[in-house]
Amino acid sequence: MTAHRTLADREDVLGALMLAPALAYVILLVGVPFGFAILLSFSDATAGSLHFGWAGLRNYAAILGDPIFLRALKNSAIVTVGSQLLVVIIATAAAQVLRATFRGKRLARFVLLLPWAVPVSLIVQAWRIFPFATVIVLAGLSSIPQEIVEAAIVDGAGFWRRLFQVELPLLLPVVAVAVLFGVVYTATDLGVVYILTGGGPANTTHVLPTLAFQRGILGADLGQGAAIAVFLLPFLVVVAVAMLRLARHTEVGAR
Amino acid sequence: MAGIEIRNLRKHFGDLHAVDGVTLSIHDGEFLVLLGSSGSGKTTLLRMIAGLERPTSGEIHIGDQRVDGDVPPRARGIAMVFQSYALYPHRTVFQNIAFPLEASRTPRKQIEEKVRWAAELFSISRYLDRYPRQLSGGERQRVALCRALVRDPKVFLLDEPLANLDAKLRNTARDDLKRFQRRIKTTTVYVTHDQVEAMGLGDRIVVMERGKVRQIGTPQEVYEEPVDTFVATFVGQPPMNLLEARDPALPGRTLLGFRPEHFLPKGVFGPSDDTRPFRFAVRRVEYLGSDRYVYGSVVEAGAAPGEVTIIAKLPATIALPIPEGETHEFAVPRRALRYFDADTGLKRAP
Amino acid sequence: MKRVALYAAALGFVVFAGFPFYWMLITAFKQNRDLYVGASVTSHVPWIFNDPPTLDHVKLLFGQTDFPRWVLNTLVVVVAVAVITVAVAVPAGYSLARLVGRWGEGLGMGIFFTYLIPPTLLFVPFSRLVSLLGLQDSLGALILIYPTITIPFCTWLVMGFLRSVPWDIEEQAMIDGYSRLAVILKVAPRLIVPGILTVVVFTFTLVLQEFVYALTFISSVDKMTVSLGVPIALVRGDVYHWGALMAAALFTSIPLAIVYNAFMDRFIQGFTMGAVKG
Repeated sequence: MTAHRTLADREDVLGALMLAPALAYVILLVGVPFGFAILLSFSDATAGSLHFGWAGLRNYAAILGDPIFLRALKNSAIVTVGSQLLVVIIATAAAQVLRATFRGKRLARFVLLLPWAVPVSLIVQAWRIFPFATVIVLAGLSSIPQEIVEAAIVDGAGFWRRLFQVELPLLLPVVAVAVLFGVVYTATDLGVVYILTGGGPANTTHVLPTLAFQRGILGADLGQGAAIAVFLLPFLVVVAVAMLRLARHTEVGAR
Repeated sequence: MAGIEIRNLRKHFGDLHAVDGVTLSIHDGEFLVLLGSSGSGKTTLLRMIAGLERPTSGEIHIGDQRVDGDVPPRARGIAMVFQSYALYPHRTVFQNIAFPLEASRTPRKQIEEKVRWAAELFSISRYLDRYPRQLSGGERQRVALCRALVRDPKVFLLDEPLANLDAKLRNTARDDLKRFQRRIKTTTVYVTHDQVEAMGLGDRIVVMERGKVRQIGTPQEVYEEPVDTFVATFVGQPPMNLLEARDPALPGRTLLGFRPEHFLPKGVFGPSDDTRPFRFAVRRVEYLGSDRYVYGSVVEAGAAPGEVTIIAKLPATIALPIPEGETHEFAVPRRALRYFDADTGLKRAP
Repeated sequence: MKRVALYAAALGFVVFAGFPFYWMLITAFKQNRDLYVGASVTSHVPWIFNDPPTLDHVKLLFGQTDFPRWVLNTLVVVVAVAVITVAVAVPAGYSLARLVGRWGEGLGMGIFFTYLIPPTLLFVPFSRLVSLLGLQDSLGALILIYPTITIPFCTWLVMGFLRSVPWDIEEQAMIDGYSRLAVILKVAPRLIVPGILTVVVFTFTLVLQEFVYALTFISSVDKMTVSLGVPIALVRGDVYHWGALMAAALFTSIPLAIVYNAFMDRFIQGFTMGAVKG
């Protein structure tokens, strides 16, 4: 037995080594392409040519003046916000039901979770995310200390009172996480709209991802495609920061 | 076999000074108890001895080896039992006990012998093929001790190993532990927040509070001669009574301290006993079988009844009726009185 | 009375979640006449078999498309991506939770944020990278790119999961005579098994649902994965081969649903711990 620390004992070295592959992957395959994408959004690059010219804010100006883009932006916002609202409401309610014990609960749970497994291309967003959110909310509910709920019952709080004044506030962090994932999932999803409508008729049903895909990949205008996609970013970051803060700050004794 | 020397040891987590300058000398073969409430730094101190935390500054020596800087836990010649027992859930009892021996590349046959020997010692031979989840709390605890034993450690570190046992089991486990330690005579450092455990097990007790050592001494010293009001009230159940003295013979702002079991009806004492009398306004009497706890406050001549609750602990051998709501004559033998500075809390001479 | 309400509510949700699935099921086995007549004949009841069930759609799916091939491709991609993800994200998650200390928190958050970068922004650079590496129209492209989604997410997930696992078993092993590295190799893996399962389940979900990158990088029919091949082959212009589409959905989702149910509780645990305790 060696009496002194060797490399195999050094947490900092081991930590760095174990982290390195993930960091490398993320930096090389997400960070660099991300930078490149931002750069592209300021260029007039097109697919198939190696030409790369500085376009300044021209791409942004072009898409901002483009009614199709504005329409897509609006659609994106509506789909994302709408589906998340729906999901949160339905999922909270479903979790309430699933939490109770009743016969056939296992079957009900199985059926409830089914949509999650369905390939994206077939069903609409809310239906697809709702089981996931249900499960998260269910987990959140089970982490609420039973004594708190029981105290509320003893205090004479009825079902609705309990739901709105005890359980929902305590669930907030968990719901926030569910919403965060739902938003990322929905806002960046291209499959549903692409397959259901292809952005048509007359480009009225585009969301940002489908429009970016159409312009950037199919239309070969890499610069404009990138610029459209960039628009998603600040929105996502704001949502993410807000939700994680919410999850952290309203933390209840979840463990 | 080795003693432990700790010199001016500190551990800071940011602004929190978990261990704040501890100097301590643990003798070879001694059973030392670190006693303190949660957050007193006792567990952090133990973990630094184990090498699980690196000290911010200071020195730790185990035997003649300085270990604080560069010696990993595995090379310190220690064994540790965690509060949760930390048994490897996917290994049988045998494999759990054998695990440290495998680490030191002990030959298979020797491992076998050693595990059987240790299991015999703790009478868990029957369970060797079981998994930890199939064992009761007491059995798990013995497996953990067994695993610690087979390493032939220079030092045992125990972190509240009895805390997860039920009250009944805890008494026998305490006795087993003490007998076991007497037999193998290995230096042992034991962390607990339970003062009964500390008194029962320790050769010496180290009372800690907020990262600092308050007192080091035998159970008797700590109980009878507490160095300050913190130790006085932390050790002993119910705690030592503290009362502002209104005695012109004493320097100003002095606290009188006396144990509840010394605070008895005046009639109990003989005329030759040197006692300090008190008028005791009794509020409530608690009958606990072997004892009675009497709650009330002391009425000094010419003053309103004190606000401090004073407790008297009367053994069942004193059958005297003590009606509630009345004032009685009580007294404390003078040799049982302790004096503290009301401002610093420190012990002072009478 | 309360029971009745509860059952009614449960039934409502089951119908909400399950009805489309039921629809899928009967559509997959309905005769075409039965499927399309409803548009013109109002007395037609769409949610039952009006004509005897048929295996035509299943035959179409297996006989006239490359469905078995796509399943195979999907499996290849899933296994490769899962292996890469486990190999990269699990050590990283462990490192963040246990080894790197104070800046682990920030780094973990940083890695997680890359998960938020929309694929739509990345596929343009990715398409250049893929052609640079000569991986166009090959499963290799997907195997290279999918981990950009799974690694950040799973690193975060494993980190959160490990924070909920007490340290004392690993510390015990260090005291029992093992180096930090030996603990990582010999003791930790058993403790992380649920986390690893979660990572695998997540990878399955992703690969089975992912469409954008598959669409971008794969063009030959025999290289497609299920999520791409099925809609491409069965939606021709505005002609939807609903029966076969539904049959495909059925065959891929049932096994997955069973797996989810088996691992659900662990998945949630890893998930919420990472989030709330992160």
